[in-house]
Parts: sequence; structure tokens; C-alpha cells
Amino acid sequence: MSKALIDLIKTNFGAAVLETHSLYGDDTVVVEAAAWKEVARFLRDNPQCSMDMLTDLTAVDYPEREPRFEIVAHFYSLGKGHRLRLKTRTGDSEGDEAEVDSLCDFWASANWMEREVFDMFGVIFKNHPDLRRILLYPEFEGHPLRRDYPADKIQPLIAYRDVPNIEKIAPFSVDEGMSFGRQTHTGRRHDTDDSQVN
Amino acid sequence: MGELKASSTQILEPGAAGGAGFATTRLEAVLAWAQKYSLFMYPFVTACCGMEFMSVSSPRYDFSRFGSEAPRFSPRQSDLLWVVGTITQRQAPILKRIYEQMAEPKWVLAFGTCASCGGFYDNYACVAGVDKVIPCDVYVPGCPPRPEAVLDGLMLLQDKIQTGNRTPAIVKPRQDPVVEPNIGLVQLRKSRTSVA
Amino acid sequence: MEPLDQELDEAELEMPTEPMLLNVGPAHPAMHGTVRCVMELSGEIIEHVDVQVGYLHRGFEKMCERGTWSQVFPYVDRCNYVSPMLNNVGFALACEKMLGVTVPERCQWYRMILGELARMSDHLTCDGAMAMELGAFTPFLWMIKAREMIWDLMEEETGARLTHSFGRVGGMASPPTEHLKANARAVTAHILTVIEEVEKLLLGNRIFLDRLEGVGVISQADAVSLGWTGPCLRATGIPYDVRKASPYLKYGEVDFDVPVGSASDCFDRFMVRLAEMRQSARIIEQCCQRMADSGPVNVTDPRIILPPKEEVYSTIEGTIQHFKIVMEGLKLPAGEVYSYSEGGNGELGFYLVSDGSGTPYRVRIRPPCFLITAGLERVITGAMMADVVPSFGSLNMIGGECDR
Repeated sequence: MSKALIDLIKTNFGAAVLETHSLYGDDTVVVEAAAWKEVARFLRDNPQCSMDMLTDLTAVDYPEREPRFEIVAHFYSLGKGHRLRLKTRTGDSEGDEAEVDSLCDFWASANWMEREVFDMFGVIFKNHPDLRRILLYPEFEGHPLRRDYPADKIQPLIAYRDVPNIEKIAPFSVDEGMSFGRQTHTGRRHDTDDSQVN
Repeated sequence: MGELKASSTQILEPGAAGGAGFATTRLEAVLAWAQKYSLFMYPFVTACCGMEFMSVSSPRYDFSRFGSEAPRFSPRQSDLLWVVGTITQRQAPILKRIYEQMAEPKWVLAFGTCASCGGFYDNYACVAGVDKVIPCDVYVPGCPPRPEAVLDGLMLLQDKIQTGNRTPAIVKPRQDPVVEPNIGLVQLRKSRTSVA
Repeated sequence: MEPLDQELDEAELEMPTEPMLLNVGPAHPAMHGTVRCVMELSGEIIEHVDVQVGYLHRGFEKMCERGTWSQVFPYVDRCNYVSPMLNNVGFALACEKMLGVTVPERCQWYRMILGELARMSDHLTCDGAMAMELGAFTPFLWMIKAREMIWDLMEEETGARLTHSFGRVGGMASPPTEHLKANARAVTAHILTVIEEVEKLLLGNRIFLDRLEGVGVISQADAVSLGWTGPCLRATGIPYDVRKASPYLKYGEVDFDVPVGSASDCFDRFMVRLAEMRQSARIIEQCCQRMADSGPVNVTDPRIILPPKEEVYSTIEGTIQHFKIVMEGLKLPAGEVYSYSEGGNGELGFYLVSDGSGTPYRVRIRPPCFLITAGLERVITGAMMADVVPSFGSLNMIGGECDR
């Protein structure tokens, strides 16, 4: 991949660029959180970049690092056909103080994608018109894609039914359940059993 | 003399004065026969099993030949709730509400593994089976289940309705007997043989 | 007595009104499963709508972090469940981009054939469902019958009708069957006749046209800003197709057109999908002509592909290779990659973050129809209530992909 985009950003935002790489052919630039909005504006408005599409906005959680969250945005230019990955880092080790500017002013796709990052990671997007949960329900507490959220910790909205052994409701064994109707399983349960199976 | 059941006091055949037990049984058998061959279903479709549901309703597999013709998208008008697809924690209250809005007698068919037991979505977002929130009558496992398995489930439910049995049942896997060497346009690499 | 309002102007007779709140809930036949639209209606016109998704959020991304890289395949299958092969192929391509391997030619053609069949299945379902929701039940049944033929073929090839989990990193789960080409040709020929029949039935129907033309319009600028891709973007006039813009597999070597609409309404989205099915049939024919009848399907890389069973039981290298791949999972090098392909709804992207072990660190699907559903608000605000049905149907929101 050509490094033209990376060089352009470095020239214009020198101090704010923390690192760059082009692993596996994807040009990547990591900038400081304070410069996030300005770099995005530059990518959209500068005629050499003309990134008219924000194709993806997500986050990755690195709990052993500080800042903890890495916000990752992928841009694509329909006119020029080039792509860029822009990243920034925010959030302390507890996951608080994770704030980044919202890109809703520039691309409408940022609206729902930032809501999803907020929902899954707890990153606040400043000046977002409507920052609320999107994939989970408002009563949910916590942010599930953080590495410290246990995957099977459920928060039911309604109480489960009050039946004994709700975890193991009949029928779950071979002998339970289909006590009438056609015998359709082909294996024999007992070798000494002479009953015919269909 | 047995007790007269509420259902038989409304429509009593003339001449069936004594032997209320006999008339009741016959009447209930007739009612059950009518119910099982005219199930109005509410397809509560959420996920991938919905695609197999479309197939089961389509001309090749066609559940309308079992009497279960038209889907009624109102719980008030249906008596069979098909829970098709994964039920998430967010969707559970809605499912419960739909179930509660249905009038008795009503049955529930859990279509697919996610509706039966949660499937491989053992996580924060999903309910591990629809029977955690509503009682279920027939479980059709499969991800998604083959239409033949769904029809097995429907026939199993019809048996249960006829006998009045409310014990939950699972559809067991089985192998169909001999199939045509060509299904439609697709040639099979080997024809399937019957199972002893 | 004279009527009381004789002296009053018509305008002064207006009663004060408030918008009515209508909840088109998550359990609704036209909501394709699980989308909730809370609408404020003024008469029939929608003043404001709040589209709420997430009723099918199944925690796909969290589940991927608990297994190995090849255990992600069943999960991606269930994302866009009407064209699961495209998801499989997309994820396999992402892993292969990170590993730096290219699958053998025969596998590339095979992936294209199965992928295009999956795309046809997706478009058949979308167009059929759209027609059904407008009252045309017969084309739906015809299209589902055609889709059954594709699924027969898929079942013969992969073993499953719908959720195949057939892709593997470095190849496919098993080689093509001997009747693949004959079956593919027969099935696509039949589908083309079904499409023709459907066109004859629908495209002359005044009611169908009136309900779709001029309905659900979105501007090009809005669509691009919303990140729309796929048939919905092509209906606005922008010819962006990942298969042409950045060809992968052998798409650069086959001949096909990219259908593009102009009016950017529901009718254009419907027609773009119909036309794309014809182009898919063209691609499949060319792939059948060019695919070799024998040859390897998987790369011979011991790090990622399971060895044949005879070798596992007879050689020590085979045993070790099998053991390492199954127990530790195949290992992708540390780093991150974004790989994109043309899914049924548009640019299906996978952003993978690997820490060098066999367990994925982060798997992100870039879901095309999540962003398309985000645009639903813009599409139906100001339209009539009855227009919601064809508009939403033409966007092809697949719950598994939107909510993951």
C-alpha cells in the first residue's frame, strides 16, 4: 500500500501522531485523543484524502495498557479508492474517563456506531446527539465487550419461571418425553428388547 | 354419575342425557380432533430458523396440509405459538407478553435449538431456552432443524392435543427411508438407503 | 336553525391535534424479526421515528473470544443467515490475509460458485419477502421454491441447507462433489426462468409499481454519509461493488456487470437485486467453465490445515500437526487486519485483532445492514405509514447481521 496518506497526516499533524504502520497492507495511524476530530475533519475535507465514507468505528479493550481502550475507525474514499485506519487511545485502567469527540457532524454513520461502542465498552462520545444503548436494553449494567465482563453473566429482564430444576426441565434423557406417538429413533435402547422400531 | 365438565354443559347433544362421562370423552375427542387439524399459529420469528420456517411454509414441505394454514399475526387469534429463533434477554418480556395474550387452549412449539435450550449462545445476551419464561410443549432441536423435523414436531403436537397430554416432548432425530436419486434438479452423489 | 359554523372559515375549524405514538413492535410480521419502530404519526405521515435494534443481540463478538479461530465459522454463519457462504468466505479471507496465504485456484473458483449461489439465495429471499408483504404471495412461493433448489445443492456440497460452516482458513471443509458443475448449471438455469416469471407477474402490475416507485427515496449524499454499501447504495446510482473496486478471489478475471439504479427508491432496490441475480448466474457459468475438475482445494500448510486422516494415524508429523491444530487452535500472527468482501448487503468487513495465540483477541464484523438500518429513520420520516413496509423490506435488514 502507498504511504501517501500516512505521510500527509504526519505532515499536517506531526505532534499528534503517536505511531503508524502498514501491517498486512492496511495503512494505520494512531493519533492523540485530543486531535481525533481534527484529523477526521482533515480526512474528509482535504481533496487528497476525500474520505467520504466512515465504514467502521469500533473499539478494542487492552486492560493491561493505559489508556485502556483503542478506538478504531476505518475510512474509505469512493472517489479515490483508498482506505485508512485511524486509531486513538483513551480510558484509564478502570475503564472510566474514556472520552472521545463524536464524529457525527461529519458522517451520519458515526451515530449508530458510536452508540454501539458506548454500549459495548462504555466510551463516551462528546457532543453525540443521542448517546444511549443500542444493542442492549437500558436496564443492563456494565459493558459486555470489556475483557473483565464475564461472558455468561446474565441480567434477566423478567424473572425466570418458578419451576423446580429450571436448569434441567424435562425431557432431557432418552427415556423422557415422547412417551406416545411414533417411535422414530433408530437405535435400540436395550439389547434384550424385542420391540419393533419403525 | 360423574361431574359434568364445564365444556360439555354448553353444547350437549340431544339424547346424551345419562353417561356424562361417555359424552364428555367423545365430545372432547371431537374437539381435540378439530383443534389439532386447525391450529392457528403465531410465528414469533426472530433469527435464522425463520428461513427454515419460510421453507416449511413453502410448497415443498408445506405445513398447511396439516391444517396449520395461515399465520395469524395476532396472539388473540392464534392457539399455537411458534417460537422460531433465539430469544434474547431483551426479547423475553415481549415473548412472555405475547404468550399471556393468547387465549386458552394454547400450545408452544420451540423451533430450533436456540428456542429449545439456548444453543451455543451461552452468554449474557440470550435466554437459555424459551421454557425459562413460558411453558413449552414440543421442542424441535436443530440448527436450523430440517423441515421434516419440524413436521415431525407438528405431528407430535397433534398427537398430544388428541390425547390431551401436556408433558413436554422433544423431536428425536431419525433418518428418512429411500429418497429419489434426484431431488428436483440436483443429482445426489449416492442415493440414500433405508434404515433397518 | 342555521348551522353554527356557517360564518367560520374552513381553516378555523381545525381541531388541535397531537402526534399519535404508534409502536411497531419487535414482534411484527413486517419488521423482519426484531426491529422496533416507535413512530409519531400525524394522520398517516410519520413525523418522527425511533428505530430500535438489538432485540437479536446474541453476543457474537464476545463468544468469538472464547474459542479458536476456526470456531468462529459457525458464529459468522449465523450473522447474515440468508447468505451464509459469503460470511464464511469473508472470514476465511480475513484470516488468510493475516497469515499471508492464498488458497489454490480450484478453491477460489469453488468459493466463488458457492458464494454467488448464496448471494442469489439472499436476493431471492429479500425480493420474495418484499413482494409478499405487499400482498403478492405467489412470487414469494416461486422464489422460495427456487431457493430450495439452491439449498439442495448446498446440502449436497456442504451437508447443511442453511448454516453450513463450510469455510476453513486455508481452504474449504471438503472438496467439491463430482456433480457440482452440472447441479450449479441446472439450478441457475431454473432460477433465471423463475426470475423471468416473477418479472412478468410483478412488473406490469400497477399496484406493485405504485407502491414501490418514488417510495423510500434517499439522496446519494445521505447514503454515502450513512456508510451504505451494496444493492442499497447501487440503487442510488453509485456503482461501488467490492468485487470490482478491490477484486478478491478470481473476481478480477470474470466478466460481469454491476447493476446501478437511478431513482434510489424501493423499486430500484428491488430491481437492482433482480439484476444482480442474473449477473451472479453469469459469474457461476464462467466459474464452472474455468474451474479444474481435480486438484487440491486446501493449502498444504501444516500450521493451519488438518492433515488427511490416513496421515494422522500413520505418520508422527500428521499426529503432531493434528494435535496442535485441534488443541491449541491454529495461530494467527500478532497484529490486526481489516479485510472486506462483498456480502449480500454490501461491504462485509472483518477487523481481526490477534495476540499470537490460538484464541482470537477481538473479532469485529463490520455489518453492512446495521448502517443501512440506521438510515431507515431518514428514509421513512415524512413518508406515510403504509410506505414503511416496502421501504423496510427493500433495505433487507437481516437481524443476525444487524444485531450480531
